[in-house]
Amino acid sequence: MELTAHDIITWMKKTNDKIQSKKEYLTSLDQAIGDGDHGINMARGFNEVVVKLDDSSYESVSDALKDTAMTLMSKVGGAAGPLYGTAFLKLSTSLKGKSADYTHFLNGLEESLAGLKQRGKSQEGEKTLIDVWAPVIEKMKESDDFDASLLKHTAEDSMEKTKDIKATKGRASYLGDRSIGHLDPGSVSSFYVFEALAETIEGGR
Amino acid sequence: MKKIVNNPEYVVRDMLEGLIAAHPDALKQIPETTVVARKDAPLQNKVGIVSGGGSGHEPAHAGYIGDGMLDAAVCGEMFTSPTPDQVFEGIKAADGGAGVFLVIKNYTGDVMNFDMAAELAEAEGIEVEKVIVNDDVAVEDSSFTTGRRGIAGTIFVHKIAGAKAAAGGSLQEVKNIAEKVTANVRSMGMALTPCTVPAAGKPSFVLEDDEMEIGIGIHGEPGIERKRVTSADEIAEELTNKVLEDIEFNRGDDVALIVNGMGATPEMELYILNKKINEILLDRGLNIHKTFVGNYMTSLEMSGCSVTLLKLDEEMKPLLDAESSAPAFRI
Repeated sequence: MELTAHDIITWMKKTNDKIQSKKEYLTSLDQAIGDGDHGINMARGFNEVVVKLDDSSYESVSDALKDTAMTLMSKVGGAAGPLYGTAFLKLSTSLKGKSADYTHFLNGLEESLAGLKQRGKSQEGEKTLIDVWAPVIEKMKESDDFDASLLKHTAEDSMEKTKDIKATKGRASYLGDRSIGHLDPGSVSSFYVFEALAETIEGGR
Repeated sequence: MKKIVNNPEYVVRDMLEGLIAAHPDALKQIPETTVVARKDAPLQNKVGIVSGGGSGHEPAHAGYIGDGMLDAAVCGEMFTSPTPDQVFEGIKAADGGAGVFLVIKNYTGDVMNFDMAAELAEAEGIEVEKVIVNDDVAVEDSSFTTGRRGIAGTIFVHKIAGAKAAAGGSLQEVKNIAEKVTANVRSMGMALTPCTVPAAGKPSFVLEDDEMEIGIGIHGEPGIERKRVTSADEIAEELTNKVLEDIEFNRGDDVALIVNGMGATPEMELYILNKKINEILLDRGLNIHKTFVGNYMTSLEMSGCSVTLLKLDEEMKPLLDAESSAPAFRI
């Protein structure tokens, strides 16, 4: 299977639907261990992404992802803006001039992960969105084509596991041990991103 | 939620229009951005000083724009760092050819967005340097955290770095003095009541009627301890002593003090605190060179206060005393 520019638009729309409906939930998660702006910022950013994608037409997956990235970077703010912006920009750059088949797409996601680590000066196990992106990508490497159910379940399990991690990056790090027992809000929004990707793949079959 | 707003989504936009309308001779808004700049920016051959961050901390940072302080302030959404494109616009607005200096409060989002903006500016040939302010002693500074937060001590960095730039200091000289201020300034805050972000609609945390939070952050981040409300003198002691413990203060040292309101605390209460803080500092043999009492770095309508102490030397003193035309920090 190969993703098209139309699939990217569907992916972002599905992500936006999830984030809009979970806006308050994301905010309440962030209020518990962060500064309480994650839901509001992500909802504003992804809403703008959908407006931008609807207003334009795309020949390539890379171009649609680039507009997604630039919109998130300029509309989200906070820490999530540069992180999600960087992730989608790296994916876009990696797919430039290429078809979004499984191998190319997976390579792109690996570039995204490297970008997240570099921008956030962070690694796995620090209770950040990397704790969803890294295991999802690791799992995808075991497969040779898109597998919606595997994608969704890996993302969901990884998100759940952030509950047990003690935060050492971002604002939650100030809570130390008190951050244990809470989900990481960025990991939850990343789960929505991968769940939406899974649903896009399912719909495309 | 009860607030004087129109649409909660547009509070920053509406505020900026009102701010410019209040200071038409001093400030301008860069069109299509959330950047506020000196009316006469950029000043040729002067290092431009740019700060910014989430909104909700007024008068920080746009109130500190003026001769002898900031050239531009980049206003993010409520408690949310401005985005790289906006910060880049702020840098361009302040660039008079001598480089631009960024004063960043130590929050993950602010640091990332300002860093990305600095990369964009450097790609266009603008020389950029920065300081990251981390004055809040309430949180641990260790490799297991993001480090200390930047709070009201940032105002002293604006003032002294701004004065250095106004006096013709080079980008490197401005950076050196800003780093010196950051190394010598410490703060700690507390809250009696939380604040509500307009778009969130409900308070970011809950304090019972008889409770206070010691060590609170300026976005309502948890502090060190939640306990029963004590007297003003005890609060003054707790905050001031924690600040004094953090760096070496010797008898005879000159210090500058900010007794800062978090937004909803009456000046009367700040002066009551200042009475005790003065006693403590004089007891320690410190020379209080200058005191600032008022709302300098707020957290919307949170009630509470913070105490900031800057240990001065002969280089910093005249720069602190130098003239400033900034609406919120006129000297």
